[in-house]
Amino acid sequence: MQLKEETNHVTIQSKPERFSARAAKDFRRNSTIYLMLLPVVAFYAVFHYGPLYGLQIAFKNFSAGLGIWNSPWVGFQHFSEFFNGFFFERVVTNTIILGAYDLIFVFPASIVLALMLNEVRHRIFKRTVQSITYIPHFISVVVVVGMLVDFLSVDGLINHIITYFGGKPISFMRLPEWFRTIYTSSAIWQGVGWGSIIYLAAISNIDPSLYEAAKVDGAGRWKQMLQITLPGILPTVIILLILRIGSFMALQDEKILIMYNPVTYETADVIGTYVYRKGILEASYSFSAAVGMFNSMINFMLLIGANYLSKRFTDTKLW
Amino acid sequence: MRTSKSVSEVLFDSANVILLCLLSIVTLYPFLYVLFASISTPADFVQHRGILLWPKGFSLDSYRMVFENPNIIRSYLNTIFYVVVGTTLNILMTALGAYGLSRKNVMWKGTIMMLIVMTMFFDGGLIPKYLLVKNMGLLDTYWALIIPSAMTTWNLIIMRTAFQGVPDALEESARIDGASDWTILFRIIIPLSLPVIAVMVLFYGVWHWNKWFDALIYLRDRDLFPLQLILREILIQNDTSSMMTSVGGGDRMPVGETIKYATIMVATLPILFLYPFLQKYFVKGVMIGAIKE
Repeated sequence: MQLKEETNHVTIQSKPERFSARAAKDFRRNSTIYLMLLPVVAFYAVFHYGPLYGLQIAFKNFSAGLGIWNSPWVGFQHFSEFFNGFFFERVVTNTIILGAYDLIFVFPASIVLALMLNEVRHRIFKRTVQSITYIPHFISVVVVVGMLVDFLSVDGLINHIITYFGGKPISFMRLPEWFRTIYTSSAIWQGVGWGSIIYLAAISNIDPSLYEAAKVDGAGRWKQMLQITLPGILPTVIILLILRIGSFMALQDEKILIMYNPVTYETADVIGTYVYRKGILEASYSFSAAVGMFNSMINFMLLIGANYLSKRFTDTKLW
Repeated sequence: MRTSKSVSEVLFDSANVILLCLLSIVTLYPFLYVLFASISTPADFVQHRGILLWPKGFSLDSYRMVFENPNIIRSYLNTIFYVVVGTTLNILMTALGAYGLSRKNVMWKGTIMMLIVMTMFFDGGLIPKYLLVKNMGLLDTYWALIIPSAMTTWNLIIMRTAFQGVPDALEESARIDGASDWTILFRIIIPLSLPVIAVMVLFYGVWHWNKWFDALIYLRDRDLFPLQLILREILIQNDTSSMMTSVGGGDRMPVGETIKYATIMVATLPILFLYPFLQKYFVKGVMIGAIKE
């Protein structure tokens, strides 16, 4: 990086200035700015790059007495222990299924809502719907899950409605087969309005003359939506899709942690919650760090893969 | 032709409006239910079944009990501390970073920005971060919830984009008058970027208000617990025992139910109150974040 800048510099400037001289001059001129950036750089160094240093314990047998650096190396022992362990299949399967549900149901929901809102001609109605659908985004996950637990309990609101229509009450939160549905639909409920903002912004940037031209050609509202609005926001959709795929394995672990219970582990336990239980509750730091690292690696590879495919087949890319 | 709508268009519009109305109801009703339940008379509420369209009776007993509970009060004050101190630090750090990284002619800003943005795509994960916080001696201190959350990259990007939008001419004329970078940041850039600062206060403030996981892993001492952790005990682990201490025998059961709703309201009201005031700003904030980068 530095080298490259230097060679560029040499070709542009007629009188070559040495890198160190340039750096010194820059530091003299911008010393106040570097002073301002110091706490920011220190924060990122400690709290974002620091944990990367600590990640080496995934390949060691960490003991608090010896510290991160002096703990003995064990190679891939923790990884193979995880891959061959009883929980591997369960947590990986659950992570993939919940991630896929997110991608298939939660991700498009905001796009659909944005398209629907865009078709509303009445401004006040549109504003009202928007304001209402944003609210759940600001509510804490504890409160959201608290309301779920309450509404879905055996003598809760939903079961009253079910029994009113002659059905049998269902113990939703204690049945593994309901977990995925509840997780996904509550994610839509909480995020759909907020997620639509970005697409509405993209829609407002579409050239209005395109709609005029389409009308002249006899395209109805439905056709205009499919052939102008949707292609118009496609680059935004793809960028957000790449980002979403890049965090495919990073589910809302915190929400799952608060939502699940030992009865529903079968469908609810994911890599993130497993890391929490093994690491924080059982203090198996090295093993947990290895499991977490496996998760991040897959995410990172998915991000790179999604970006590559998008670059290859569309013109949109993250970098 | 232009003014009269065709049949299919009317159908399209009505279906759209009906669906949006349904969505609004589904979004809003849970909050209304909680509100109605929280101000219902506990005994009447327990006997009630199904959908609630209006409070059953009227009583503020549940709220009185929530505010008499020492756990709630303590954690409420803690949360206010985390929100105020945390958000202040967030704004300061983010503004410093955004200013430095938005100036022209700063040789290392590209490199620093790249290193910062890269952290959005990978991190050490839960355990290394926990060990770091532990080794720094932050466990079981107020600082565990404040220092490791000093700023976020996404908000830095938003603020930096806003700072870049301030006209250069203002900065240059101030510099000719002998203004330092500190003066330019605090006297020119920040006053001109107040809408974005408002957005940041909302984003960071809500973040601190709603955070519970950091508290779960970094705190053992109940005296430091934020509201959300106490909420979790009451709402999810269904442990209202701490709430019951002040009531006599027969009243226990009914109050236990409505008290949950009152607790939800108490935890959510500050955000719902702030919401209309800040709403016009936050959409702008999301858009700024979306347009560039």
